[in-house]
Amino acid sequence: MSTPTLPKEAAAPVEEPVLRKPSARKRLVPYWLLLPGIIWLLVFFALPLVYQASTSVQTGSLEQGFQVTWHFQTYWDAFTEYWPQLVRSLLYAGTATLLCLLLGYPLAYLIAFKAGRWRNLILVLVIAPFFTSFLIRTLAWKTILADDSVVVDVLNALHVLDVTSWLGWTEGERVLATPMAVVCGLTYNFLPFMILPLYTSLERIDGRLHEAAQDLYASPSTTFRKVTFPLSMPGVVSGTLLTFIPAAGDYVNAELLGSTDTKMIGNVIQSQFLRVLDYPTAAALSFILMAIVLVMVTVYIRKAGTEDLV
Amino acid sequence: MRWIRRNLVVIAGLLTLAYMLLPNIVVMVFSFNKPNGRFNYSWQRFSLDAWKDPCGVADMCESLSLSLQLAAWATVGAVVLGTMIAFALVRYRFRARGAINSLIFLPMAMPEVVMAASLLTLFLNMGIELGFWTVLIAHIMFCLSFVVTAVKARVMSMDPRLEEAARDLYAGPTQTFLRVTLPIAAPGIAAGALLAFALSFDDFIITNFNAGSTVTFPMFVWGSAQRGTPVQINVIGTAMFVLAVLMVVAGQIITNRRKKTATA
Repeated sequence: MSTPTLPKEAAAPVEEPVLRKPSARKRLVPYWLLLPGIIWLLVFFALPLVYQASTSVQTGSLEQGFQVTWHFQTYWDAFTEYWPQLVRSLLYAGTATLLCLLLGYPLAYLIAFKAGRWRNLILVLVIAPFFTSFLIRTLAWKTILADDSVVVDVLNALHVLDVTSWLGWTEGERVLATPMAVVCGLTYNFLPFMILPLYTSLERIDGRLHEAAQDLYASPSTTFRKVTFPLSMPGVVSGTLLTFIPAAGDYVNAELLGSTDTKMIGNVIQSQFLRVLDYPTAAALSFILMAIVLVMVTVYIRKAGTEDLV
Repeated sequence: MRWIRRNLVVIAGLLTLAYMLLPNIVVMVFSFNKPNGRFNYSWQRFSLDAWKDPCGVADMCESLSLSLQLAAWATVGAVVLGTMIAFALVRYRFRARGAINSLIFLPMAMPEVVMAASLLTLFLNMGIELGFWTVLIAHIMFCLSFVVTAVKARVMSMDPRLEEAARDLYAGPTQTFLRVTLPIAAPGIAAGALLAFALSFDDFIITNFNAGSTVTFPMFVWGSAQRGTPVQINVIGTAMFVLAVLMVVAGQIITNRRKKTATA
């Protein structure tokens, strides 16, 4: 592969002693471009993971100091103690991701195909909430889901809360401090991460394909099932990943909207690290979370069959 | 009924949009509230007090200005490093390209709490004091991947022949870069910068782990959720939302005008 972008007259400077081999200098250009950024990622992303790995097999205490003792038992202890929070995180994140897909798809479809001249405005309204701090918006859900709020009254009147209470998602006439509130917050917070990739992949679809499907007597739902949805798969895959991964590690929603019964693994890692100061357990837990997420993501990408993502 | 069935997608989409905007509307409405106690969670009565005195809460505006500075520097750092990486990845073929692509993808595919915790162990082990600099380092780190992705997308769709044409017209390498390459890549770089700024400004999890006693705006909001939320928080939230919408709308109008003058 040639590099057509490189200046052809690179050999011109006479004072350069490397004049005979100008291509050697040219070949180094990409490395010089990469160097600062890659060093940054290696030192502040990769190296910390190594440190964390070492921390997870240390024993000791804050007063006496920690030592690497290859104490892998920490992993097992952490897992047996905190598996409910771990399972709960995956469950909440999975439910939120599914809800994001169900809610986000129509909106992405609307923006891509039906919005016309409103398209840019709706896109702005999807992105603009990013600029109001997400903590402020999450706190707003406390008001929306408060015990005597309109939303809860309506859900109550429609007997929705009877069903959800029976399922264990809510408690009596309360929504706040229940699993439903946490999932609602997670869904809300990560919806834009679902909608934007969905919109990008839907927008790329050639409208003539829809016409062709109609010409071949496909009903709207068949067109969707056989043409639109398969073509939007890259968006579905990246959207679900962008939603599920951060949701699984989130602790803000569970902290602000949940109760002690809705703690997620992020809450545990946070309190072990910043309050209990039990670094080995916290490090082990975050590695367990990372491993689970990476395995799930790999399997999912394989199944969904879009390797070009990575 | 037929009308509803035909417009089902539109109705469902607009309902989702309403769901997304509901908290913003609540934030806006409650910025005009005069709460009874320390918490601004239930409506009491209308008041403009908070809007008249947005910095009337101790430490809030300090944290806001800190967050803005932090986001600005993180954006500069991430954009410079990220744009260089993006150009290298799109324009050159070299060994280790695959490995570098994965190194850039991984930070986006990792739960934030894992990155936050591992950075903290690094800083603790190295004996680096937590504060502004550690937060800045962390923010540049996690914004970098997003900038690379945004710029890459734009550079990939650039026609290298434009730069060849510039050189054929005797433009030097610097001139070609400044007058041809950079302007064409600018929208991608701008998108990356905007994303980096928003991500850094809004980040809580990584900051929470690595800030020490430094208080950014999200951390101030987090603390106030325990101590009592001043109405001014809603004012800032509303102002940011309105400002963001106005900025994008203004940008839209400018590009539309340019298009019109270009075609006329």
